[in-house]
Amino acid sequence: MHVTINVNGEEHGDEVEDRTLLVHYIRDTRGLTGTNVGCDTTSCGACTVLLDGESVKSCTVLAAQADGHSVTTIEGLADGESMHPVQRAFQEKHGLQCGFCTPGMVMASVSLLRENPNPTDAEVRSGLEGNICRCTGYHNIVESVLAAAERTTEAAE
Amino acid sequence: MIPAAFTYRRASSVDDALALLAEHGEDAKLLAGGHSLLPLMKLRLAVPEVVVDLGGLPDLSYVEDRGDSVAIGALTRHHDLATSELLGREVPLLAHAAGTIGDPQVRHRGTIGGSLVHGDPASDLPAVALALDAVLVVRGPAGSREVPATEFFKDFFETAVEPGELLTEIRIAKRGGQGWDFQKFTRRAIDWAIVGVAVAGDAVALVNMGPKPMRASAVEAALAAGASPAEAAEHAAEGTSPPDEHNASAAYRQHLAKVLVRRALENARAR
Ligand SMILES: Cc1cc2nc3c(=O)[nH]c(=O)nc-3n(C[C@H](O)[C@H](O)[C@H](O)COP(=O)(O)OP(=O)(O)OC[C@H]3O[C@@H](n4cnc5c(N)ncnc54)[C@H](O)[C@@H]3O)c2cc1C
Ligand code: FES
Ligand code: FES
Repeated sequence: MHVTINVNGEEHGDEVEDRTLLVHYIRDTRGLTGTNVGCDTTSCGACTVLLDGESVKSCTVLAAQADGHSVTTIEGLADGESMHPVQRAFQEKHGLQCGFCTPGMVMASVSLLRENPNPTDAEVRSGLEGNICRCTGYHNIVESVLAAAERTTEAAE
Repeated sequence: MIPAAFTYRRASSVDDALALLAEHGEDAKLLAGGHSLLPLMKLRLAVPEVVVDLGGLPDLSYVEDRGDSVAIGALTRHHDLATSELLGREVPLLAHAAGTIGDPQVRHRGTIGGSLVHGDPASDLPAVALALDAVLVVRGPAGSREVPATEFFKDFFETAVEPGELLTEIRIAKRGGQGWDFQKFTRRAIDWAIVGVAVAGDAVALVNMGPKPMRASAVEAALAAGASPAEAAEHAAEGTSPPDEHNASAAYRQHLAKVLVRRALENARAR
């Protein structure tokens, strides 16, 4: 089938099989390999992207369901050379170790902060419950999200 | 894991969805949020030939004030239930329980209709619908019919929705001020409940205590006869036949049900 999907701000028309999963469309058709597949069973969050601005696990969405909608992947967050505040906070606070979970963590965090710009530590932890870090680097991930929230709130004031 | 090949059709209206179901019969499966169906299709436990996507029907996604009751469109997502101000005020049990489903990503996709029609006894919203005496509106080629929640869940993954029909709306009488509670015992953050308990007033429903979601009738009868929450909770395991598997034995679940029912009743009374 033919799908038209806005990926990272640019509209793309592509032929896909009806059964194509969104994560395979992103990685194989669009060549954007920042989005990882971890568990392939909706459990780990590594494949998290934004669909119309909200976090979803792209291993459990059909590309066909995204037809006519917008998808943002980790590649679409930075503004040119300037990293997104959440990306910058992950770098500064050492919110990553091997980096495998990181694209999903960052996308889930962006969605979380959109819904709750000033989360508490506990709200960050429950807000990221769908993302697993196999290096178990949760402490610095939570620190990163809190730092990004603080910076974004300051910038808005 | 990739689903077996199928033909994707996006329904443009409820009537169009019904027409597509009529055209393809048993070969077709409705797709709402896809968070129960797609995992089954990836494991090839479900192999539909035609997938009819309801996701493009915004007119089935709403939470509306209908005077004495609240009406919820079948395609309303868990996230929208959890954040609905109207539900938070008038049916807080449903808003709260929806917020405990899976994780934020799951709640951004999964819908109340999909959750109810899937009929998984380990799911949260079926028990919540039972405790709240919800009325489910099912539409088929011959028109709409209303099914009380107590008659909706037939058996293991089987509901009153027949092939060729779809669930369009859930109606719940307003509960402002009524005591309620939801207990969900899980081993890990995003797991389904080992046992769950939904309490609305003196109505008590159980998650994962048998082949289908059920009301804890013996507990309700004890309460009606004047028993205290602690006394009534001792009846929580009566009539149940919970799963006996690697996560928990049946005996453990029956013990847990008594503990959680007591907690839920005490919290509901304190609210
Ligand atoms: C990682 C993960 C964790 C989860 N955790 C929980 C949890 O803790 N608690 C819980 O309760 N659930 C949980 N779920 C399940 C989740 O709530 C699903 O979203 C829900 O059960 C199904 O809703 P859906 O909209 O995704 O339905 P779909 O998967 O699209 O459909 C499910 C079934 O219902 C049918 N259907 C859907 N809509 C209609 C309709 N309007 N009329 C007729 N038939 C229809 C479909 O044909 C299909 O058979 C979890 C799921 C995942 C992936
Ligand atoms: S790969 Fe999608 S949730 Fe793990
Ligand atoms: S940084 Fe290695 S999995 Fe999270």
